Amino acid sequence: MTHYFIRRCLHMFPTLILISMVSFAVIQAPPGDMLTSRLAELAEQGELGSESAMAQIEILRERYGLNDPLYLQYFRWIWNILSKGDFGQSFTYEMDVMELLGERLGLTLALTLSTLIFTWLVAIPIGIYSATRQYSLGDYSFTFMSFIGLATPNFLLALVIMFIQVTVFETESVGGLLSPQFIGTPWSWNKVVDLLNHIWVPILVIGTGSTAGIMRIMRGNLLDVLGQQHIQTGRAKGLKERTVIVKYGVRIAINPLVSRLGLELPGLLSGAVVTGIVLGLPTAGPIFLTALTSQDMYLAGAFLLLAATFLLIGNLLADILLAWIDPRIRYE
Amino acid sequence: MSNVIDKVPEPVTLPEAVVATATYSQHKLIWRRFKKHKAGVISGYVIILLYVSVFLGEFLAPHNPSHRFYQFVHLPAQSIHFFSKDGFHLRPFVYGIKSDFDRQTGVKTYTEDASKRHPLYLFVRAHEYSFYGLFTSNIHLFGTGSDNPMHLLGTDRFGRDMLSRIIIGGRISLTIGLFAVFISLTLGSVLGVISGYYGGTIDNLIQRIIELIFAFPSIPILMALSAVLPPEWPSHLVFMGIVTVLSLVGWGGLAREIRGKTLSIREADFILAARVCGAKDRRIIFRHLLPSMFSHIIVIATLAIPGFILGESTLSFLGLGIKPPMTSWGLLLSDAMNIHSLSLYPWLLIPGGCIIIAVLSFNFLGDGLRDAADPYSSR
Repeated sequence: MTHYFIRRCLHMFPTLILISMVSFAVIQAPPGDMLTSRLAELAEQGELGSESAMAQIEILRERYGLNDPLYLQYFRWIWNILSKGDFGQSFTYEMDVMELLGERLGLTLALTLSTLIFTWLVAIPIGIYSATRQYSLGDYSFTFMSFIGLATPNFLLALVIMFIQVTVFETESVGGLLSPQFIGTPWSWNKVVDLLNHIWVPILVIGTGSTAGIMRIMRGNLLDVLGQQHIQTGRAKGLKERTVIVKYGVRIAINPLVSRLGLELPGLLSGAVVTGIVLGLPTAGPIFLTALTSQDMYLAGAFLLLAATFLLIGNLLADILLAWIDPRIRYE
Repeated sequence: MSNVIDKVPEPVTLPEAVVATATYSQHKLIWRRFKKHKAGVISGYVIILLYVSVFLGEFLAPHNPSHRFYQFVHLPAQSIHFFSKDGFHLRPFVYGIKSDFDRQTGVKTYTEDASKRHPLYLFVRAHEYSFYGLFTSNIHLFGTGSDNPMHLLGTDRFGRDMLSRIIIGGRISLTIGLFAVFISLTLGSVLGVISGYYGGTIDNLIQRIIELIFAFPSIPILMALSAVLPPEWPSHLVFMGIVTVLSLVGWGGLAREIRGKTLSIREADFILAARVCGAKDRRIIFRHLLPSMFSHIIVIATLAIPGFILGESTLSFLGLGIKPPMTSWGLLLSDAMNIHSLSLYPWLLIPGGCIIIAVLSFNFLGDGLRDAADPYSSR
């Protein structure tokens, strides 16, 4: 097991290096460098021609090493990240990228992970229900809902839920994670209630597609397992139906789903980004979008790099979990 | 084989029905199985209907999608009537519109003006349009004529007719899926087949590249790549750019599935037979492997289209995709992004319904085709 773990970790490094290269390529992709916008600013102020301004630009260019060849710039970027945790500067916000992104990224990941738990808690029981009552009215309605859920883009679902909140329930504070009066106040019971009142919307929006997918797989797997002979044996020896389904059926049917854990994460993270933008959450999504539209590329690149790294670690954990719960997986 | 049999048995005369069934080709069998999948067949018709409508766009759209009816900004959907106070009319009609401006809230309200009836006509003459540059015409499938505008799905914040915009926008949303699937399928088949057929180092390399694409969450990497497209590009170049971005991110999944199929077919007897006969790799791939996978490739392509449609609509919604004067369902929905317009003008959400219908239809069609092409692969 330790052997497998170490090998699996080592396997991550080449991918990680490639990921960092792609992220750096994204940073470099727009024409010009990060001082181009500064130049445009100076041009607007009519100072473009002046000696002092140009000299200032040249000093900055030298300081950031923008005259160096690309591979040197890449190594410097990586070195700063690894040695100091410095992801560069955001030019629109004039702040350290990490300072800007840190808390928001944490919130994004927290949202993604809570959605993951939510989807499993909802999808597995529904899958079991649908499989044990195949072709019943409940099964049909869940199947129908899952198809709709898979066909609805996240942003549309967010819009529809906001619309329903406003028109049907006449909710006062729609979107965000907290009502305006609680923002910046110390934590209290009321604030927690308010948070719970808001957070179900993004969790539902992000999780619907994934829930629908897991539900269908669980239903299919369990139906397969329930047709096998050991189930018949269990019933024949007089076990309670509940025991047969839970201990003989679900235990086997749930196994392939664990291997999907790592596959669900990218979709959920994508959903968290889009949903964060639509609902105006204090997550990394809105900042990432502004970074892209204003060509604040160090910020955008840092987010891509961190998001991909998170997914990589998520995959690693999912693989280890699978190896741990499924004795049939060979480590060698 | 025949030389091992000593005596050739007397030919048995089969009943006619059996003879007829025995001559069905593989594709006919798939077709027969597909026709039993009701949801798949219905979805197929829906998809045909969608594509025909967006193809005939200018002819179907009652108005020029960019024309701004300034006097009818944010007009709610008008309804078609058959009954007026005079009783039943065989020819459906819409009422005229009276507008009121509330000075306190600043909101314009509209009411039906029952004194004016505007009947609907088929093949009515209204604004002139150019049909793909082939010819110009002013005949529209239906409408009330150019003097009496009707807006069956309301208007947007510039008073542009929503129905017309949805039809013309659908052309972009639906074709972008086809373009993207075509490019990524070409890329995915070539690399997938090479990867599966040759194996070894080249397989390893291709798989690492696909892994790299999958390492990023899809929407953020799509956003980043389309943000790189130069902002000064005209809208048709942006369209091609978005197709390229979608295909670049999307081919990996297709290549993986095609690789898997290749791996399973590679070991089949007929491939071995071809190799024993001395066929070259090229011949085996193009004459034996690809044709035998053809139905699977169609299924994979059909099931991939929804992802591209959803990707484009998300990008356009976020302002990183299609840009005006072109429009798409996602771009139309971006008008509904703030909660104020959402609650006051709910008809702006209608393009979302179109996205769901299109995606749902492709999913069902793909499921139906898959069950028909390979009855054992899934339930």
